[in-house]
Amino acid sequence: MSRIGVFTCHCGENIAGTVDCPKVAELTRQIPGVVHSVDYKYMCSDPGQTLIKEAIKEHKLDGVVVAACSPRMHEPTFRKAAAEAGVNPYLCEMANLREHCSWVHEKNEATTQKAADLVRIMVEKVKHDTPLTPIKVPVTKTALVVGGGIAGIQTALDIANAGHQVVLVEKSPSIGGHMSQLSETFPTLDCSQCILTPRMVEAAQHPNIKLMTYSEVEKVDGFIGNFKVTVRKKAKKVDEKACTGCGLCVTKCPNKKIPDEFNEGLAFRPAIYVPFPQAVPNKPTIDTANCTYFKNGKCGVCSKVCPTGAIRYDQEDELITMDIGAIVMATGFKLMQTDKFPEYGYGKYKDVIDGMQFERLASASGPTAGVIKRPSDGKEPETVVFIACSGSRDRAKGVPYCSKICCMYTAKHTMLYKHKVHHGQAYVFYMDIRSAGKDYDEFVRRAIEEDEAKYIRGRVSRIYEEDGKLIVKGADTLMNGEPVEIKADMVVLATAVQSQDRSEDLAQTLHISYDKYGFFAEAHPKLRPVETNTAGIFLAGACQAPRDIPETVAQGSAAGAKVAALFSQDELTREPIVAVVNRQAPPLFSTCTGCFLCQTACPYQAIEQEEIKDRSGRVIKTVAKVNPGLCQGCGTCVAFCRTKAIDLAGFSNEQLFAELMTL
Amino acid sequence: MSSASHHAPHADTLAARVKAATGISLAQCYQCGKCAAGCPVSEEMDLTPCQVLRLLQYGQDKYDERAMRSAGIWLCLSCETCSTRCPQEVEIPKIMDVVRAEALKRGIAHPKSKDILAFHRAFLDSVEQTGRLYEIGLVANYKLRSGHFLKDVMLAPKMYVRGKLGLLPHMIKGTAAVKRIFKRTLGSKG
Repeated sequence: MSRIGVFTCHCGENIAGTVDCPKVAELTRQIPGVVHSVDYKYMCSDPGQTLIKEAIKEHKLDGVVVAACSPRMHEPTFRKAAAEAGVNPYLCEMANLREHCSWVHEKNEATTQKAADLVRIMVEKVKHDTPLTPIKVPVTKTALVVGGGIAGIQTALDIANAGHQVVLVEKSPSIGGHMSQLSETFPTLDCSQCILTPRMVEAAQHPNIKLMTYSEVEKVDGFIGNFKVTVRKKAKKVDEKACTGCGLCVTKCPNKKIPDEFNEGLAFRPAIYVPFPQAVPNKPTIDTANCTYFKNGKCGVCSKVCPTGAIRYDQEDELITMDIGAIVMATGFKLMQTDKFPEYGYGKYKDVIDGMQFERLASASGPTAGVIKRPSDGKEPETVVFIACSGSRDRAKGVPYCSKICCMYTAKHTMLYKHKVHHGQAYVFYMDIRSAGKDYDEFVRRAIEEDEAKYIRGRVSRIYEEDGKLIVKGADTLMNGEPVEIKADMVVLATAVQSQDRSEDLAQTLHISYDKYGFFAEAHPKLRPVETNTAGIFLAGACQAPRDIPETVAQGSAAGAKVAALFSQDELTREPIVAVVNRQAPPLFSTCTGCFLCQTACPYQAIEQEEIKDRSGRVIKTVAKVNPGLCQGCGTCVAFCRTKAIDLAGFSNEQLFAELMTL
Repeated sequence: MSSASHHAPHADTLAARVKAATGISLAQCYQCGKCAAGCPVSEEMDLTPCQVLRLLQYGQDKYDERAMRSAGIWLCLSCETCSTRCPQEVEIPKIMDVVRAEALKRGIAHPKSKDILAFHRAFLDSVEQTGRLYEIGLVANYKLRSGHFLKDVMLAPKMYVRGKLGLLPHMIKGTAAVKRIFKRTLGSKG
């Protein structure tokens, strides 16, 4: 016979307001197996916990039910108290009288009765509880950072500086990300490359950082502290060790008419290329989709001119599998393209460009060497219209959210434009100016008051071409919607920030959740902003939501700190709530028949096959086996098992039946 | 806002004149509307103070003219409630003065301006001659200028009884100095 103690908490007025707590204590005292039942105002307080501990000793309790709030709040508190008094913590359960009863019902007899029933259920569960021991798992102290933009670089540097190994994986040939494409950065107007490239070099030279560019994560198995990650190292067709980065191949490549991604299509690059002058690593990559040699076997110029013979046409993609303890996703964002705007010309007007293209026009390393020239005829535009909220806050375009960075970079664009074209006039159509941030609003006011950008509150309804001008039709909602028409030489659309292409696929590869826009989901929007719901996987930067550089860097450092904290332990303790395949006496050995339906159902690849052998090593039976390190205790396999061979520790079928039968 | 040919927004706009005359940049105004909200006469105005400023911000003739033709600019009392409260420290009454002067110069001032202007002139005449306000002189002057001979005359006896209308002007000592100030400020226009 069990000796169970029931402790009913008033939670101030939270429970006692509608539930008669002394009555609950009295009713539950009569349940068979309960030897002690009391109520107290705040069970989670120090005296409350002492009450439990002393009762355990005095009444020689072997099980505890605390009838209080949600186990999400205080289960660890009470389990710890029980453990301190010598009861296995997993024999301490909570009946949720607050969220499940007092908060949702009126004060009456039935409410108190329900509270007593909730306790009765948990008493039955405790009767069938077995002592469990937390699972210890080792930690591999190597982090994987996915994405080599400023988020990934910052995270990698912080983890590496904490003394841990980092693998930094970047899908394009160089690290640097979007920030390397920017001309200047708000709100200080310092040159983006000048502040970024030292970090890029630092990451490349750091002894604790292994850089893998032109590589993508292919597969992720395992769990916190013990991931197994497979990375595809795409063939650059260049031997990185032999290559000196002299650039002769790049200059000699005859195929120079490929739209340059780094310059957002405003310039061309050869088929063998280094994305930009400060690229890290500064070694070329062959774009096999556009290379003449790979198309028809002819050419081979790069191979002929290479002084060190570093060109490897036969180089294959490599799959590299690594042991990883923690993963940080820093895969960034993409911008909505101008062809998504039928009302602004479907992207067919050459002089209607997006914000990133304007960055390239304004950048000293850009196609115009920093001189503002419009793409169609290279003329200096004398009237430029900037349209904020292009696609953002636009439910019809699938982006109801604010892209957050556009207000600031549009203000910056008007300044850069005015600084380069003194007699030019910038107009900005906006809905609101969202410039919350240190020195941000001052920056926007500077664009208006000093650099004379004319801000017009209203959305542009249409752009069309007429006599070599772009006619921009809008309205000024500050003048009762007065129609406004501007004849512009160039239009810059501050297009919406969106999640990367295939971000959903990547999220599924990693088993992390994502929102309906493809941004990765944080575990808690306020209190756990850089963690995912999957233990050991963290987030940094714009892969989570639109972010500017300061926020991205802060998040990168936050994720880095989380990883460093994880790596400060040699072993992790995990809840022992895992599935177990039963064992029986011979000749049955287990009720498992080896159908392995569970293996196909398990979302965590936690089920393995185990051979039961006799003494001579002959296989008697092949049965399922749960890897407790991988199992997350979801119970899917239990539901699938046709022979009831699998049970979930702490939530066994027997326990659940007992809980139901007591009602 | 057709701007095909206007590549130099500062050329000859009202905003430029405001800037030259007062040093106030129209770009400072961010259209919060606090001026219009606090203005004691904004309900009577066809264009409220912030609307006048908004028109001037365009820097285009079409909108400048609309501001100059409005009656609102003449209703402004220069009480400075707006500029006292303005978060961007825009001195709106000074701007109103420039707009009014420009409207007069171009001969496009609103008909309502006639009486208001007559009053302003009568007031200034009084100050110029006596160094202070000479009520009966002002009233007579205003009536001559405006032509409203009989308007409000029934108020005169009451005001006289209460000592609000002195029959003779109280001259200050330095009337010559005041005259010099007027001359220097207004030049020959008087």
